[in-house]
Amino acid sequence: MQEVLRFRSLDAAAVARPDFVEEARRFHRSPDAPARGLSLTIRGLRKSFGDNEVLRGIDVHIPAGQFVAIVGRSGCGKSTLLRLIAGLEKPTAGSISFGEEARAEDIRVMFQEPRLLPWARVLSNVEVGLGRERSSADAQARAEKALVEVGLGDKRGQWPSVLSGGQKQRVALARALVSQPRVLAFDEPLGALDALTRISMQRLLERVWRDQGFTAILVTHDVSEAVALADRVLVIENGRIAHDFNVDITRPRERGSAGLAALEGAILKNLLEGTEDTSDDL
Amino acid sequence: MSLIDSLPRVRAPRLPRADGLIPWIVPLAIIVIWQLACVTGFVPARVLPAPTDVALAGWKLLLSGELIRNIWVSFWRASIGFLIGGGIGFAFGLANGLSQLSAKLTDTTLQMVRNIPHLALIPLVILWFGIDESAKLFLVALGVFFPIYLNTLHGIRTVDPQLIEMGRIYGMTDGELFRRVIFPGALPSIFVGLRFALGIMWLTLIVAETIAASSGLGYMAMQAREFMLIDVVVLSILIYALLGKLADSASRALERLTLSWHPAFQKH
Ligand SMILES: Nc1ncnc2c1ncn2[C@@H]1O[C@H](COP(=O)(O)OP(=O)(O)OP(=O)(O)O)[C@@H](O)[C@H]1O
Ligand SMILES: [Mg+2]
Repeated sequence: MQEVLRFRSLDAAAVARPDFVEEARRFHRSPDAPARGLSLTIRGLRKSFGDNEVLRGIDVHIPAGQFVAIVGRSGCGKSTLLRLIAGLEKPTAGSISFGEEARAEDIRVMFQEPRLLPWARVLSNVEVGLGRERSSADAQARAEKALVEVGLGDKRGQWPSVLSGGQKQRVALARALVSQPRVLAFDEPLGALDALTRISMQRLLERVWRDQGFTAILVTHDVSEAVALADRVLVIENGRIAHDFNVDITRPRERGSAGLAALEGAILKNLLEGTEDTSDDL
Repeated sequence: MSLIDSLPRVRAPRLPRADGLIPWIVPLAIIVIWQLACVTGFVPARVLPAPTDVALAGWKLLLSGELIRNIWVSFWRASIGFLIGGGIGFAFGLANGLSQLSAKLTDTTLQMVRNIPHLALIPLVILWFGIDESAKLFLVALGVFFPIYLNTLHGIRTVDPQLIEMGRIYGMTDGELFRRVIFPGALPSIFVGLRFALGIMWLTLIVAETIAASSGLGYMAMQAREFMLIDVVVLSILIYALLGKLADSASRALERLTLSWHPAFQKH
């Protein structure tokens, strides 16, 4: 919670001094200025595919630098919401606005599949993440730095096909981080990993988020993952945000602690009740 | 052929020296057995001349310059026909793989033409071109066109759409997307087409040169048949086999070079 408060106060400072964020971005590696996240406001967001109305009015404000988890039953529209935020789909109605003008490189998505180019070495795969800055002089240095950050500095010259699933996903994370995004959206990035790799990846995600201060939006099936990582858990039901839980547990969080377990239980209960509600409706 | 060949192989540890020689054991053994069969009179020379006789005939033709000239003519026809047909096939494959409009416009027509065996056009081609060079080039180009076209098209259509979406998300321009995602993704399939096309190229050329030509390896074999020179006939067949193998090796080498990322081509 302290983290969140700190980000909020920095956010307020940004409003007071417009040049602050530029400055923070320039010195973002310095531990004193981690607040590079963009705040996000979603108003009346609707999305239909043909007759199928998937999202029926999403309203939410996500402060800069917050770590938000989105949970909900399969097919409830979590991925759709994420794709809308990332600009991969156009909303049917409503709006998504960021606290400031966002460049394409400021918003990055990570999917369940690593989506690495099999014919490019690990380092060039990470360079892809630089977007339009790919041809800049320091591109390679930045890519190397991002690889080191995810602990794969020694794999730079490998083909992706020789990496393990977890390593591939870490390369994908490096690719997403290399442009120093201000919003990073994850669509079940750990869904295909085994339990142990998952936990170490969760730690890695939390660490880079704390180091870099981007706004994180994590879609997950796993409620325990959501409460372990997020400041806030949104539950989507029937195309709307049905519940909005605050996770007021200090970091670093201890897995399996009573506080986390209680919250996880509460969210799961809500999810299950939601299921029953809809079956009554039908 | 190529599908199985391109599957990853389980490699047993081998002696490094012997590695390059192993594929030649069987052809060598066949030649030895063949020689023995001829020398002992088991196979009469008018059915099949001994390898040494074939080599001798080759030597004589080599000295007279006839062999080199005919090989050169055939090689030239094969290459030019291949470049023309392969180039057009590749261009159509790209166009139809990348553009819906182009595909709608031409794909159905091409698929219909594909079902005509190109060698069935020989009488027509002779009527059109006589036994001119263009007749052979036309047939080779036509034969080579389809495997290259179909496999290029297939390769482009089966590039992982998730990778294409990734490229777009990361701000690749259309040109970059083609260069970094679509083309490399289609390359394995293009190579399959290339190797099929090389096989068809030789086949077409042999038939065309046998039926309507006044030079080239096929013509040399036909001439030799008229004069009952069976050693020269066998020689021509062996040269075809060798040239075919050479073309295949070249395409494999190119494949190894450009597909080194592919698990099937990685050295362990
Ligand atoms: N491009 C599309 N065209 C048509 N329908 C779509 C499209 N994308 C999603 N949908 C539909 O929207 C609904 C929500 O899909 P979405 O992928 O957002 O669900 P999800 O919550 O991410 O599910 P899961 O947890 O299984 O990943 C589904 O009913 C799906 O069929
Ligand atoms: Mg999904």
